[in-house]
Amino acid sequence: MDKRIRNRLLTIGALVVTSIAFLVPRDVTRRVQDSQSGRMKDTTVRLVPIKLGLDLQGGIHLALEVDESKGPVPDCADAIRRAEKVVRTRIDEFGTTEPVVQTEGRCRLIVELAGEKDPARAKGIIQRTAFLEFRITDMKNTFRDALPAIDAALRRAGVKSQTSAPSAVSQLFGDTSKAQRADSADANAPGVLSSLLFQGQLPGEFVVPEEQWPQVDSLIARPDVRAQIPRGIELRWGAAAESRGARSFRALYAVDSRSIITGEELIKANANRDPVTNQSLVTFQLSRRGARKFGQETARNIGNNMAIILDGRVQGQPPVIRSQINANGQIELGTKPLQEASDLALVLRAGALPAPLTIVEERTIGASMGKDSVNAGILAGLVAVGLTLLIMLTYYRMSGALAVAALALYVVFSLGGLAMFGFTLTLPGLAGFALSIGMAVDANVLIFERIREELALGKSVRLAVDEGFKHAMSAIIDSNITTALTALILYMVGTGPVQGFAITLLIGIFASMLSAVFVTRTFFLIWLQRRPDMTTVSI
Amino acid sequence: MLRLFKNANYDFVGIRRRAYVFSALLIVPGLVWLLISGLNYSIEFTGGTLIQIRTDSAVGTGAIRTALTNAGLTGAEVKTFGSDREYAIRARVSAEGAGTEVGTQETVRAVHGALDAELGAGTYTIVRGEAVTPKVGGELQEKAIIAILFSFVVTLIYLAFRFEWRFGLAAIAATAHDILATIAFIRYLNLEVSLVVVAAVLTIVGYSLNDTIVIFDRVRENLRKYRRQNLYEILNLSINETLPRTVLTGGTTILTALTLAFIAGEVIRPFSLVMTFGIIVGTFSSIFVAAPVLRWIEQRWPGEDARGARTIGVRVPDRPTAPPPPATPPASRTPQPTR
Repeated sequence: MDKRIRNRLLTIGALVVTSIAFLVPRDVTRRVQDSQSGRMKDTTVRLVPIKLGLDLQGGIHLALEVDESKGPVPDCADAIRRAEKVVRTRIDEFGTTEPVVQTEGRCRLIVELAGEKDPARAKGIIQRTAFLEFRITDMKNTFRDALPAIDAALRRAGVKSQTSAPSAVSQLFGDTSKAQRADSADANAPGVLSSLLFQGQLPGEFVVPEEQWPQVDSLIARPDVRAQIPRGIELRWGAAAESRGARSFRALYAVDSRSIITGEELIKANANRDPVTNQSLVTFQLSRRGARKFGQETARNIGNNMAIILDGRVQGQPPVIRSQINANGQIELGTKPLQEASDLALVLRAGALPAPLTIVEERTIGASMGKDSVNAGILAGLVAVGLTLLIMLTYYRMSGALAVAALALYVVFSLGGLAMFGFTLTLPGLAGFALSIGMAVDANVLIFERIREELALGKSVRLAVDEGFKHAMSAIIDSNITTALTALILYMVGTGPVQGFAITLLIGIFASMLSAVFVTRTFFLIWLQRRPDMTTVSI
Repeated sequence: MLRLFKNANYDFVGIRRRAYVFSALLIVPGLVWLLISGLNYSIEFTGGTLIQIRTDSAVGTGAIRTALTNAGLTGAEVKTFGSDREYAIRARVSAEGAGTEVGTQETVRAVHGALDAELGAGTYTIVRGEAVTPKVGGELQEKAIIAILFSFVVTLIYLAFRFEWRFGLAAIAATAHDILATIAFIRYLNLEVSLVVVAAVLTIVGYSLNDTIVIFDRVRENLRKYRRQNLYEILNLSINETLPRTVLTGGTTILTALTLAFIAGEVIRPFSLVMTFGIIVGTFSSIFVAAPVLRWIEQRWPGEDARGARTIGVRVPDRPTAPPPPATPPASRTPQPTR
């Protein structure tokens, strides 16, 4: 066989194999962080090549309301209206999954996601308020100095250290004697709160053993404890547990109650990986106003530690401010997966939620399209494709058969492309796909008509085929590039569903050009080579 | 071999006035009507009412959908909600009342009536019915329009580079014609404008450009080939030469769209109808709008093209290299100056 044909066949083979590889469902092992323990663990995720939309397979339905547990929200309707916009932007950036985001009644937000594989991640993205702020830690150790007073206040309130379990005797004698015994024991007992806190490496940093974290959290939330915390200081937990040796600890930071800057001044955020340390990080850029303020504050606080606080949790260990920082900064996420960094960048970019949201209802929902409509859609698609093939075969005979074979590869290529982009298939999408097959024959028709014209001019078969392909090319290229440019702009300018449509269109254009120009040409080359004496061509 | 329109020789450019009148009759009343009453946007754009019902037995989404359709509540969405005895219905009585208190009450009443008639009163309870906002943000249409206008600019630049700016302008005129005609068509049939219909209109933009450029490619080639012919003849020749392709490609695509319209059911029908019309009007405009408009633009702003390599129009200086015209020379018709 001709070397040229062999190379072409090898290329086609490679493309087919790649396309099919994208279409095979497979299990992927990912290292993710366990949300409870904060440790890394391996989980197996099944990657489905082409996801089905809400209309074809259903998904989850989440109803969210404004969370007023952390303070009242004056106008919930307005908060929800603004939250709807933010959540929609976040989900649109999350991928082309054609979600539903709408307000129900006055103060409720509905989010529906098609067969969401990882509802926890989706919920995290929706619920995250993404309120970013920077605060200086308690450099003068005012909180540490106030600890004895806090312990005393707790003692007065009768709160005992729960580290020592009540003795068997006190249980036997019942409640009456308990108060008496407790009083005498508490007099020389160590401080309730201070016994649970260990001084960390930085000023204002404390660590708490992970298992005592809930206890400390409830202690510092008590009004009498809060009254004793020095003015101008607030307590914030670290975002995740850290393991030191065999035990895991959680950090507690005493920070300034005033933030030097908030996420409102943020205009850009991107996920990156540090090339040297391989750590995940989010780089951000501040607005001009934010940069000026940030520059002043960081210049004043050189040598101090600055806590990066997201939704009330301190991200990583507060770094030391080494020099003045202006417009560009970064948040280090340590060993967390890059996925988490890009999720964070995404929520920072999409904006902060005007109020925290809480999930009030979670349900699985069925497909909105009945089985009968799906079946009718598939039947119609098959009939339509069948008719197209029939026309090609009757009109162009043997050449038509080659085009039909190339069209089969078109289907494989475009499905592979859709799988590669993580496309969500809906019933209208299916109709669009059937229609694209009707349009994909266009390039073949252009070529075949051209070959016929060349034959009519009295050219030999071989020459007519060569010239036909050559002359049809400018029409094919120009018309397809124009359409591709249109699709590209729809993708860049459009939102959500328009973008999904543009991707389908682009993939269809490239797959059809590939199949008509390259694959059909290869088939013709083989055909002509096997029948070198051919004087008439079946076209 | 089977061959359609072999050696076709129709005077397409000659009947352009009739075509213009036809286009105007198609588009203008539709757009006037549109200005008066607007388009019928689907629940995705207007919002509606979310009704949650609980039934005594697992009736299935099909029965509920049938009940709603029989009562005239078309375009409703029905899905199971948590279990097979609870359903979430998104519906609306009319576009005007969607999302308002009155509209919500009306819709709940209509759904009540529909389900009473079909499932029987008392076999179900309506858990709640509340207004829901549109599923798609209001910026979608706006952004789609901006995208189309922006894509016109890029198309113009690309065609100016690959062809000549006059070709670009004519192609855009034809595409704009198709968008307007399609919108008029949607208005005439009072089709619900859903996301799918928007997708159909965007597909038509692509198809129309594609179809026009195939003809323009032949015009470009023939302009180089036959330097003695005037543009009128070249345009007719090019349209006739590409006629088999136009009919075949248009035919297969229309057939596909019609099959979808008739077999694929209610959900896809608006999309398929709009596509069918769009392909027909896209093919029509390539022949009867793009080509004559190109000639009109050339008469209005005649001149050499930027590279000086080729000239369109009648003022071609004689060049000795011109090959003889083909077997069926279009030169047999002499264009009248009035045309």
